Amino acid sequence: MQPDLLRIEGLRTVFKTSSGLVRAVDGIDLSVPRGKTLGIVGESGCGKSMLSLSIMRLVPPPGRTVEGRVLLEGRNLLDLSTAEMRQVRGGQIAMIFQEPMTSLNPVHSVGRQLTEAMHVHSPGLNASALKDKAIAALKRVRIPSPERRFDEYPHQLSGGMRQRVMIAMALACEPRLLIADEPTTALDVTVQAQILDLLRELQADTGMSIILITHDLGVVAEMADEVAVMYAGKVAERATARELFEDPQHPYTLGLLGSVPRLDEERERLLAIDGSVPPPFAFPEGCRFNPRCPFAIAPCRAELPPLREITPGHQAACIRAPVENALSLESAA
Amino acid sequence: MTPWPELRTNTMLRHVFQRLLMTVPVMFGVLLIGFLLMQVVPTDPAIVRAGPTATAELVQEIRRELGLDQPLYVQFGIYLWRLLQGDLGVSIINNVAVTQELGGTIGPTLELMFASLFWSIPIGIALGTIAAYWRGSVLDRFVTALSVAGGSVPVFFLGLMLIWFVGFQWQWLPFTGRGGPLWTVEGWRSIALPALTLGGVFIAPVARMTRTAVLEVLGAEHVRTARAKGLSESAVVLHHALRNALIPVVTLIGLQIGFLLGGAVVTETVFSWPGVGRLAVGAILSSDFPMAQGTIIVLSLGFILVNLVVDVLYVALDPRMRGG
Ligand SMILES: Nc1ncnc2c1ncn2[C@@H]1O[C@H](COP(=O)(O)OP(=O)(O)O)[C@@H](O)[C@H]1O
Ligand code: SF4
Ligand SMILES: [Mg+2]
Repeated sequence: MQPDLLRIEGLRTVFKTSSGLVRAVDGIDLSVPRGKTLGIVGESGCGKSMLSLSIMRLVPPPGRTVEGRVLLEGRNLLDLSTAEMRQVRGGQIAMIFQEPMTSLNPVHSVGRQLTEAMHVHSPGLNASALKDKAIAALKRVRIPSPERRFDEYPHQLSGGMRQRVMIAMALACEPRLLIADEPTTALDVTVQAQILDLLRELQADTGMSIILITHDLGVVAEMADEVAVMYAGKVAERATARELFEDPQHPYTLGLLGSVPRLDEERERLLAIDGSVPPPFAFPEGCRFNPRCPFAIAPCRAELPPLREITPGHQAACIRAPVENALSLESAA
Repeated sequence: MTPWPELRTNTMLRHVFQRLLMTVPVMFGVLLIGFLLMQVVPTDPAIVRAGPTATAELVQEIRRELGLDQPLYVQFGIYLWRLLQGDLGVSIINNVAVTQELGGTIGPTLELMFASLFWSIPIGIALGTIAAYWRGSVLDRFVTALSVAGGSVPVFFLGLMLIWFVGFQWQWLPFTGRGGPLWTVEGWRSIALPALTLGGVFIAPVARMTRTAVLEVLGAEHVRTARAKGLSESAVVLHHALRNALIPVVTLIGLQIGFLLGGAVVTETVFSWPGVGRLAVGAILSSDFPMAQGTIIVLSLGFILVNLVVDVLYVALDPRMRGG
């Protein structure tokens, strides 16, 4: 088996703020297989965006990645010089964001923003070669009349078209990894489906890996090969997508699944999660989920449970996993 | 790959034309106010024109000649008609045609404006950008302190300090009058101190506005996109942060035009620079009302014109304003 494209080890990104140390990403281990999609799910504020920005080394100040390694084909990105890192950004790892409305620069034409990205990574190309390449990139993301769009400005495009332009820009230099941070959250449902289809097609064509960040389990179910569920800066559960949906182990995942309406399966609404993600400068003692967890017992408040293997290839950070045991105990009680 | 926007000439021309049309009522208002001002001043132009020894009949005669016996709206019509022919009356002090005197001062004033803005706007923008990029650093604090201090120094004070030290104590540069056109050494030497003065007080507001605008854009998502593409920091700052920040900066500079014109009046007076501002001050101090009125009209015209330029620049910088 080929080694994973990207391995994240013990990654920790913090913000020093006046209200305390914000542990946005708090010791995360993950890997992204080649040509596959890793879905990262979790409620808003659990650290998904900061994780992806940490990989790109684009964490906004005062945030800082203080620990860990990000290994792209064995090379630790955190050790690269800024010049080397610039080659990685847009070259080997590209990124698209949630808000296509604001992610493109409103004062530059679509063509300029596209060619700018290409120019950085292939400085040898002249203006007309760049233009040809840009128009080809627009065609590839199925933008109608790409020649005309080339000269247009972002405000002249719809949200879906803008996200396509973002994708064209991201894929312009054939990256090995695409990080998509909530790429369809801001789009309406039909456009959302089109964009996801497009990403899947492009992945099949190029063999790139995708990290797909979302708070929408439906999107994960449709797209991901593997899934990591994040809670309060840590990975709560990690498994193949199939495993995760069929046999969730962490109470938080159960809660998330309980709140996702599913048509194909008659999953009873096990639990709904009450409360919200605790503020990251005031995580509770022990398991960070314990104030909201219906399965919480005294030991949960004592110690932070590590991620451990429940079944082969399926890890959860819960002392009571596998949950079947917990559930049967619960009903016995 | 030009950092400058692609201008769509036809929409641009249409825009300029529209804005020009919109200045017509503003201009009309300015003229009306100028005209009404002349009505409330206690001096009777007919008496002034006739001289101190004239008889009442002669004054009456002149009054009829000047149309002063007509109702106000007719007088206003006559006034507009004369104005269109370039006739703003004659100076009460020396009987020289106002337009003639004004004509000689517009050039030097434009020269002074240009020389002041030419160096101060780029420096202000550069300082503001540096301060924003290294926000919170020593550099930023230095620039902020400089712009607070610079912003509170009155024009006349800066001018007098420059005159005292550079002109008088050290005798490096002349400090009165205009030595010649800009392309001569004397022209350069004589405009140096006035331009340093007027530009100097303009740096602070420009730097402050730029800092705020660049800071705001640096936090925008499209800047993060630019970095994620692998652009260098200089490309990110110049082509994405500063380029976008120029839109509010140009608007804010436009709002400072009044301040700039006021500064020009003071600077010209302090340095005896033969421009419209000094002419205006002289005319007002000597109760030369036709002349004062003429200078006010010219300054207002300048104000409107600069606003038009700012407006056009604004549209040139922001494709969202171009429509279509
Ligand atoms: N500039 C910042 N200063 C302090 N805390 C921040 C900052 N940016 C993000 N955070 C914190 O980091 C945590 C993770 O944020 P984020 O990664 O954006 O969450 P997600 O993308 O999962 O919604 C949040 O709790 C947020 O409060
Ligand atoms: S460790 Fe305890 S509190 Fe945490 S998820 Fe498991 S059962 Fe709930
Ligand atoms: Mg996010």
